[in-house]
Amino acid sequence: MYRLDLGPLGLDRGGHILLERALAPLPVGGHLAVTGRDPALPVHLRAWARRRGHRFVDPPGEAAGGSGPGHGGGEALVVVRGDADERRWAGARRAGEAGRPASRADPAWGLAARGALVEAGGPPLPGADLDRRDVIWSEQAGRLYAQAAANQWDPATVVDWARPDLPDDVEAAVVQTMTYLVENEQAALMVPARFLGRIHPHFREAVAFLATQVADEARHVEVFTRRAGLSGGPPGVSGAGGRASLQSLLDEPDWANASFLLSVLGEGSFLALLSFLERHGPDPVTSRLARVVLADEARHVAFAMGHLSEHVTRRPSERDRLRAALERRHDALATTAGLAPAVHDSLVVLAAGSWEPSAMASGWDAVAALQAEMDMGRRRRLVHLGFDDRQAAELSELHTRNFM
Amino acid sequence: MTADRIRLGAVAYDPKVVTIWDGFRRWLRPRDLPMDYVLYSHYEHQVEDLVAGRIDVAWNSPLAWVRTQRMAPGAEALVMRDTDLDLTSVVVVRADSEVRDVADLAGRLVAVGAVDSPQATLIPLGLMSDVAVRVRRFDVGVGLHGDHIGGERDALRALAAGEVEAACLIDANHLAFTTQGVVAAGSTRIVAQTPPYDHCNMTAAGPPSPTVRRFCDLLLAMDYADPQVRPLLDLEGLRQWVPGRISGYAQLERAVDRLGFYGPGGEVTADGYQP
Repeated sequence: MYRLDLGPLGLDRGGHILLERALAPLPVGGHLAVTGRDPALPVHLRAWARRRGHRFVDPPGEAAGGSGPGHGGGEALVVVRGDADERRWAGARRAGEAGRPASRADPAWGLAARGALVEAGGPPLPGADLDRRDVIWSEQAGRLYAQAAANQWDPATVVDWARPDLPDDVEAAVVQTMTYLVENEQAALMVPARFLGRIHPHFREAVAFLATQVADEARHVEVFTRRAGLSGGPPGVSGAGGRASLQSLLDEPDWANASFLLSVLGEGSFLALLSFLERHGPDPVTSRLARVVLADEARHVAFAMGHLSEHVTRRPSERDRLRAALERRHDALATTAGLAPAVHDSLVVLAAGSWEPSAMASGWDAVAALQAEMDMGRRRRLVHLGFDDRQAAELSELHTRNFM
Repeated sequence: MTADRIRLGAVAYDPKVVTIWDGFRRWLRPRDLPMDYVLYSHYEHQVEDLVAGRIDVAWNSPLAWVRTQRMAPGAEALVMRDTDLDLTSVVVVRADSEVRDVADLAGRLVAVGAVDSPQATLIPLGLMSDVAVRVRRFDVGVGLHGDHIGGERDALRALAAGEVEAACLIDANHLAFTTQGVVAAGSTRIVAQTPPYDHCNMTAAGPPSPTVRRFCDLLLAMDYADPQVRPLLDLEGLRQWVPGRISGYAQLERAVDRLGFYGPGGEVTADGYQP
């Protein structure tokens, strides 16, 4: 007979925790003698044991009683251990290993922590169809998430939000550029957000990284919106062609394809654009914002490059699917206008820095150089993903003229 | 009644009743026992339909069992939950009360549950039948035979608020209410506990048909290790079904007679009882 003295502790103030601890090592059918000074103990122990699937043994001479609640002067009450706990956990399985994700996540693991002992039954996780490690996960995901978490910045303090002192027509070019950036960042937020809920949480590093990516984009939307309105005027124009280009990103249902189009090609091109804005921004707010956003976007590109290069290394045929996705998007956008002239010309004005014809010519050349730099960056990344130089050049040409 | 299917009556004291019996229904079907359930809004109609043969079995409160047996003396208690065995009710006072036992409650105001609650009204009042207590009833969920815990909770709150001098409730609810902080742990003192009694059972109005027997065998075979059935058992508050027994209803029988709740033939004679 095992013994437990609860002292003054009642079952309504945590005594059950000691009881469970004392019963755990007992075999099913084992007896535990419980003593304690809480006057309600005999009543509560009976009720507790019944609910937990244990058996309360009526104290001798009590069963037919029916008056006093207590038991005679400190005599032990006896609980016989039941088997409900064993039965509850009989079919339990671990949700993979804590240290490394499984090749495929079981829907029955639901929201359980990776490696947790999961009670059988319970609802399977609906909609988490991205459940294969080779599709969603990357060896770099954990490191990139840590980097993202450590490098979050505060829009309120990242820059001195003083109103810039620019000529009206230069400010208008900045506002137009910001208007364009906002709609691109909104697309860059919605694409990973749509996939985020489909990724099995077993792949928590990938989920965590994409959560930071979504948060990054929300911040980008905020700061570009704020810069657009800094001089007090309304935002610029939003061209139908640009929005059609962005919409085609949202329409892509496949995770690898979407990541390829958005992050490798789109955000990859944006690295050059942000670097251009950092160099040519006519005011410190614009330059500074381009710089901090660039650091975030570089991380997004690195994550996509990481998981896609692992993906195509394991399955070389996946390159054909990526190529097909790019071609589909190109065909879908063939009849649209591409980059809105207003955006293009605003970039020229920013790079020109003056309305002199010679300055305008050098601004024009700078934007041409930007587009060439974007092309080179895309080709370099495509080669990294295993396309040869000729394929990389062809595919880069097919990328949207809207940059993202 | 068709020979190969079961029509079961249950009282809808809570929306979870649908989840429970729907789940059991889904579990029974592939085991070649089609079951349909009929929900009642109170126990009296369920008992009458059981006795009239409109349902095969009824998931009965202890009070509904008592009435069934009076209306159909051949009725059988087929299966029960493991948690239906050996319950007790308690009479509690405030910790600082001068009341030491039931006799001290003479002339004092005692809170009980709903008029038809076996555990919070009938059995405790039966225990105190020799003492002239004044009774304040908390009629929550009348017709549900005490399945709704609101009456017991209100009775205990009235005690804590100083409106009454004692309150009656089932042992498990005293533990639950003090644990949850409905009243502070240690703020009440138990002055009486009833002897153990039994609670619900699956009732047939007469000797069970082979199909009803097979239904009961399937219930008894339900295993808490089965992940399909475990959430339903948890919802219904049991770990396993056990064979029915009728040895635990004597206290309630006596209380029903003393308080005139039902007549000898199961007539509803309780004063002011309107389910």
